[in-house]
Amino acid sequence: MSRNAQNDHLTRLEQTSIHVFREAFANFRSVCMPWSMGKDSNVLIWLARKAFCGKIPFPLLHIDTTYEFPEMYEFREKAKVIHGIDLIVRVNEDAIRRGIGYATHDPVTVTHELKTVPFKAAIDEFKWDALVTGIRRDEDPTRAKERWFSPRSAEGNWDYKDQPPEFWGQFASSAPEGGHVRVQPLLEWTELDIWEYIRRENIPNPTLYFARNGKRFRSLGCHPITHPVDSPASNIDEVIEELKLTKTSERAGRAQDHVGRNSMQELRAKGFM
Amino acid sequence: MNTQSLSQPVSTSLPSVEDHRKMHVVVVGHVDHGKSTFVGRLLNDTDSLPNGKIEQVRKNCAIEGMEFEYAFLLDALIEEQEQNITIDTTRIFFRTKQRAYAIIDAPGHKEFLKNMVTGAASASAALLLIDAKEGVMDQSRRHAFLLSLLGVKQLVVLVNKMDLVDHSESTYQKIVAEYSAFLKTLGLNAVHFIPIAAKHGENVVDRSAKMAWWKGPTVTEALDNFAHEDDLTGLPLRLPVSDIYRFDHRRIIAGRVEAGAIRPGDELIFQPGGRRSTVRTFEDWPGPESRSVVGTGGSASVTLSEQIFVERGQVASHPANQPRVGREFRARIFWLGKEPLIQNKTYRLRLLTQNVDAVIAKIIKVTDASTLESKEAASVPRDSICEVIVRATRNIAYDLHSECPITGRFALEEGGRIHGGGIILDAVSKSEAPSGKVTASERGARAGHPPAVVWFTGLSGSGKSTIAEAVERRLFDAGRNVIRVDGDDLRVSLNRDLGFSAAERAESVRRASAVAGLFAGTGHITLVTLIAPLAADRAKARAALANHTFIEVFVDAPLAVCESRDVKGLYAKARRGEIAEFTGISSPYEAPESPEVHIKTDKTSQEEAVDLVLGAIDKFLQGKGDDWEV
Repeated sequence: MSRNAQNDHLTRLEQTSIHVFREAFANFRSVCMPWSMGKDSNVLIWLARKAFCGKIPFPLLHIDTTYEFPEMYEFREKAKVIHGIDLIVRVNEDAIRRGIGYATHDPVTVTHELKTVPFKAAIDEFKWDALVTGIRRDEDPTRAKERWFSPRSAEGNWDYKDQPPEFWGQFASSAPEGGHVRVQPLLEWTELDIWEYIRRENIPNPTLYFARNGKRFRSLGCHPITHPVDSPASNIDEVIEELKLTKTSERAGRAQDHVGRNSMQELRAKGFM
Repeated sequence: MNTQSLSQPVSTSLPSVEDHRKMHVVVVGHVDHGKSTFVGRLLNDTDSLPNGKIEQVRKNCAIEGMEFEYAFLLDALIEEQEQNITIDTTRIFFRTKQRAYAIIDAPGHKEFLKNMVTGAASASAALLLIDAKEGVMDQSRRHAFLLSLLGVKQLVVLVNKMDLVDHSESTYQKIVAEYSAFLKTLGLNAVHFIPIAAKHGENVVDRSAKMAWWKGPTVTEALDNFAHEDDLTGLPLRLPVSDIYRFDHRRIIAGRVEAGAIRPGDELIFQPGGRRSTVRTFEDWPGPESRSVVGTGGSASVTLSEQIFVERGQVASHPANQPRVGREFRARIFWLGKEPLIQNKTYRLRLLTQNVDAVIAKIIKVTDASTLESKEAASVPRDSICEVIVRATRNIAYDLHSECPITGRFALEEGGRIHGGGIILDAVSKSEAPSGKVTASERGARAGHPPAVVWFTGLSGSGKSTIAEAVERRLFDAGRNVIRVDGDDLRVSLNRDLGFSAAERAESVRRASAVAGLFAGTGHITLVTLIAPLAADRAKARAALANHTFIEVFVDAPLAVCESRDVKGLYAKARRGEIAEFTGISSPYEAPESPEVHIKTDKTSQEEAVDLVLGAIDKFLQGKGDDWEV
């Protein structure tokens, strides 16, 4: 595929995402980008560097649940250097002292305590009014209804029943009082787009996505609740070929999504991404 | 544009080359005419559902004690299933053999028109469902009107629920006759009217045996014949400035090409303002090579040969083919706000990256989107369409919608939220003679920018005046109305009677703010340089100038540096005790806690400091704040 082709599908997605990044940076006082170190997150970093001509002009935030795969910590340190990232790391030490963990608690509780709570605390601490997320519409039905710029209340709640209209490239330009706006440059991308773009641009990613002993991770989260899928795909080309044929959902290996009928919606209404 | 494809045979004869560009299709129509069911069926019949999805939804239906419906596949949120209406646009991906699609299932319920607009605005083509039994309804007409406003030109009408009218061709024909007459009045033309029964999958992907009389395409065949949205690369260049980046030594103009194409070496003119420069480079990352041309939809990172004043909102074009520049035009608006649109009220007008105050100078007529009847009114209720005269408080760059759709349309915002959109029909050259008191916004409109007060505070010798003079020069050269109020000058004129006691300093600040207020009232960007050492005095000044944008610039130089410069020999005198209550020596300086601009002179060159102040002024003139620190 030619890198110069202006109108190919990936380039169009890329250029739209760059526009979203730039509009967010121009419109908001203080921007931050949460970073999970997963593939979508790493594509976001790449797009941000393209948008801002090499240098990301805002900090990244890693909410460390302390349950990341060891390889992810290694990747974090490596990527930090490669991309020149200004990284803020936060851990909910209090919850860990209270013994919140996967051995003793259900995934929804742990995700809330170790991700959502420190995430909200960081927003309170730094007063960001815009947060860039890697949400894609194809991931989950509740995400299909997202906007490019999605306002959240001071409590982090998403009022999906009364979202602002969004058309002609005009987005919500300010955050609700005390709240923030989620900026979502990957909204139109699919999982396959992500991988094809990673291949085209040669974007660094953790190797956990590639099969070892017949299993690979399709989506990465906390290790006790993230399960590999059966797959022989041991390199990027094979992953792409596999995705073209697959019909299982991407987050099938993420236990917290599947606890109750609407667990994803409950998590998200409470501020989960 | 796609009329050609009308007469073409349907997809069976087209080469089955996969098109990687995803086509966005919006599905609209009156409430309960079967949109969600149709999309659910389409996903199922094109084999586009994830494994287990149907089973999961069937299970959920069983839990709720409901009969399974294809619509539930989309209505993922509980509330929707309770209300049985889709509350927001859902985006669903699927593919035919031909290409990939994003189906936007827009809701039909009247209350949620803004969501339909959101969905339809991003679509290249529309499917509009009409219930064969119920016939053409209010929303069937309203949605078509909106599609015409939003510029969605490719339309296929699906006459649904044919099973409820015994698959009758005459019922179908009646709807076709009635509705195509309505579409014609809007300047719209449906490519096809396809009779379907979505619930049973008839004529969706597979042909219906019960409607053998139908010789036209199925829905997927019709979809595969849609063309992608017009390529605007052939139009004149329109590059709205999104931002100016100064992250390193480079000064990069960032923006997205909305129409036309741009190349290094092109001469550009930035409107409004009219300054010209030439494209030196594209700063593409990661390099080493940059693109040789950026076409429509592409993000550009441009450096210029000459360092001219450029700001967010301006539109770059080629000098031979510029947008219009003006501040008054006639527009057709769709209004989605909870509160009505009101004549003579001021809203924020957003056109590309321009963001200005604009008055609805006149509501010419309000049109009922269903009956197309018009009437005069002083306000426009939610979900209505109207024609208005819009008068911006300063010049903007735009095109007529008929000339260039992307630069000929705008959104109206209030309180940070978009409430409506419109297309520009024509320019209004002559306005009625204004009467009454001259208002601040009129003065601002004449100046082409709103006034502001920029207050430089800092120790004596910190460099306030030097920076302010350079800022004044740059603003003046950029055509701004600007004036400087210098503390030292006031000391020998207006404040000649004042000494340096706390009370006298307070009075000096009060007088300076009064003078600044007068200048700002004339529409000037007013630069005040005054030590104003006490936070309480500065707070009073800010409060006194609350009607204007107030930008506090803290020129933060270490005392030792100021003292070593001592241009006026004042520090030496103070040290010798010849000046009593000298700030920093014998009198306190309370540093501002949260100035809009914080310049640390030991870390920032004077040039950078000037850029910082100009950047902050730019941002504030566009109605937003920012904290700057270096």
